[in-house]
Amino acid sequence: MVQCLAPPLDLSFAALADATRRGIVERLGRGDASITSLADQFQMTLTGMKKHVQVLERAGLVVTRKIGRVRKCALGKCDLSAEAEWIESCRKLFEARFDALDAIIDEMKQERRDE
Amino acid sequence: MNEQNRTTVERKGTRELLVTRLFDAPPSMVYQAWSQPELFQRWWMPRSASGISLLSCDMDVRTGGKYRLEFGTGGSDSMAFYGKYLEVVPNERIVWTNDEGEEGAITTVTFEDQGGKTLLRFHEIYPSAAALEEALQGSAATLPEQLAQLDQLLAGIGD
Repeated sequence: MVQCLAPPLDLSFAALADATRRGIVERLGRGDASITSLADQFQMTLTGMKKHVQVLERAGLVVTRKIGRVRKCALGKCDLSAEAEWIESCRKLFEARFDALDAIIDEMKQERRDE
Repeated sequence: MNEQNRTTVERKGTRELLVTRLFDAPPSMVYQAWSQPELFQRWWMPRSASGISLLSCDMDVRTGGKYRLEFGTGGSDSMAFYGKYLEVVPNERIVWTNDEGEEGAITTVTFEDQGGKTLLRFHEIYPSAAALEEALQGSAATLPEQLAQLDQLLAGIGD
């Protein structure tokens, strides 16, 4: 659950800004569940629960599949994408640093030549 | 940009992170830019990165010496990073602690001569897998804006 908060994705943040949806993600962290049972547990209508699940699904936090007449929900693979995102953002920061360092090294070379 | 000068970041195992980059200068020069505060503060936090700027930079780069970096966003908030140098071998390696958090990483940066160029390795080892996870999440929290601004910076540099 906590890992899902890591990806800097507006969709994930928006999806998790709602307390009910955070509850759904926590509940699915303990095991898969059908939309009907989620609706029961969170005391809401089937239609209301479907909407919440759709939001989570669009953010990649939850995946659903239909088995017969029942739609099963499970956690998405958000932890992996979170890590890839983080690694890439870390790389960009270091790349910016090192490009700036290149510029300083060029200056240092120039100074040595001028001496 | 020269393709071989690309920055790579890899996660090694559950508690290590490795960043590598090749520089077109000998180790003595890259080491100098890393160990002299007046040079270091000009590149460590690129100006357009998230509006964060380095407010102060104290570095006593020798074994047993201490450092303290303070960052600010222009308002009253500031954030300090500090620790001490565990090992300093001029032109070769610098090892330091990150003491601002409870489970800070040990960072090692090495400068390896490759025919007049320098292969730089920036290596962080966290005390536990959980500590690395926490570091990843902490950094990620402020990243959306940083990324946007870094993109701008990189676009400017790429000319």
